[in-house]
Amino acid sequence: MKFEKYLENETATVALGKQLSSACQSGIVIFLYGDLGAGKTTLSRGFIQGLGHVGAVKSPTYTLVEPYDIQGLQIYHFDLYRLADPDELEFMGIRDYFEPGNLCLLEWPDKGGDLIPQPDLMVTMNYQGEKRVADIEAKTARGLEVIKKLN
Amino acid sequence: MRVLGIETSCDETGVAIYSEAEGLLAHQLYSQVKLHADYGGVVPELASRDHIRKTLPLIQAALKEANLSHTDLDGIAFTQGPGLVGALLAGSSIARSLAYAWKLPAVGVHHMEGHLLAPMLEDTKPEFPFLALLVSGGHTMMVAVKAIGEYEILGESIDDAAGEAFDKTAKLLGLDYPGGPLLAKIATQGTEGRFKFPRPMTDRPGLDFSFSGLKTFAANTIAKEGDDLQTQADIALAFEQAVVDTLAIKCKRALEQTKMKRLVIAGGVSANQRLREQLAVMMEKLNGKVFYPRTAFCTDNGAMIAYAGLARLKAGQTLDLAVKARPRWPINELPPL
Repeated sequence: MKFEKYLENETATVALGKQLSSACQSGIVIFLYGDLGAGKTTLSRGFIQGLGHVGAVKSPTYTLVEPYDIQGLQIYHFDLYRLADPDELEFMGIRDYFEPGNLCLLEWPDKGGDLIPQPDLMVTMNYQGEKRVADIEAKTARGLEVIKKLN
Repeated sequence: MRVLGIETSCDETGVAIYSEAEGLLAHQLYSQVKLHADYGGVVPELASRDHIRKTLPLIQAALKEANLSHTDLDGIAFTQGPGLVGALLAGSSIARSLAYAWKLPAVGVHHMEGHLLAPMLEDTKPEFPFLALLVSGGHTMMVAVKAIGEYEILGESIDDAAGEAFDKTAKLLGLDYPGGPLLAKIATQGTEGRFKFPRPMTDRPGLDFSFSGLKTFAANTIAKEGDDLQTQADIALAFEQAVVDTLAIKCKRALEQTKMKRLVIAGGVSANQRLREQLAVMMEKLNGKVFYPRTAFCTDNGAMIAYAGLARLKAGQTLDLAVKARPRWPINELPPL
């Protein structure tokens, strides 16, 4: 089951992130696909701020992961862009991040190989001229619940 | 007082010796950039292992360069954060252990404090207070510096760091990652005025930055205009002008707000020629002056850590025996001297 949304501009991307966060229960893993500049981090900003985070959502490219603690809820925003070898994830203690109950957003998940869990949702951001189209696809029953709420 | 400085927060292993009386006595650097380029990215654990391999030989080389023995040292300073945890732990463990073995005091230095004090390694150095613009691949920050350890963050990037925007736009232009410096190089061949990029967040008050939109603007422009060599150069130029203008506009605003006359730029992006030239012209108009370190000290190095560490050791600040890294460490939490 899929959900598709046409995004006019950055504000629309942030709004979709917020909408997505309000449809999510805790304990969800979301993969974000799309080229550089497609809006993955912008969508993540809407998502994380939608959960109640006040302040900036910095690009996690440099640090690989940015953690957020929102009233006891753990959110991890990954960017595996700079990662050369998935094995490297073992050394940063990757398994600890995926405790049940945590919310995990992963940009460039294909760089993570088998060391990251299967996603509940796959979000793909595509260019359409200067606008964007977001495709959200459910990969688990939990993901399906989210798509139903979005539709 | 002579202090050994050790920097291992990211891709560079830097070791230096700074003397209160004689200035910089030794400066050794090993860069892993080539190693990471071979892998096409940063490899955090490889980085840590490489720091472990390189630090001791670099310390020996630094002592030899300064013609000193370890008994001539009065303290050891090392980068305690922020940065990649594995890389930080490599430097912290070596530095803390050596200090214990050599019966010397040790002090943990904040990486960004090192950067903002780096112009102090030069002959023309700023007096306090000054405004500092820290711009690198991982940070973009405007800081009011009253004195060492008295920092007020006036603004920072709400998304991508300036250097990150350079590197990612370079990648969009088909250059190898991280290609920021290469982008600046091809920008010199660009046609003035062909493209006009926005100056993000300059049309509203405040000193925060946002560079993520520029990357998107570049992607859209490439999609529309193609990427032949001349177009690449034109986009590179328009992008670089936009980043430099944005940084300059915010600096001017911060200088007016703080009524300061001295501006320090530090971090990898401060090596950018266009930025240096534009800020020099701006500061002259404002009857002020811009300060920056030599190119070698814009990027990560041990000298800035030795310098900052010396100031803190002189003030009696030392660490206990625990080996502790601080991957996240807000600069405004540092103690004054």
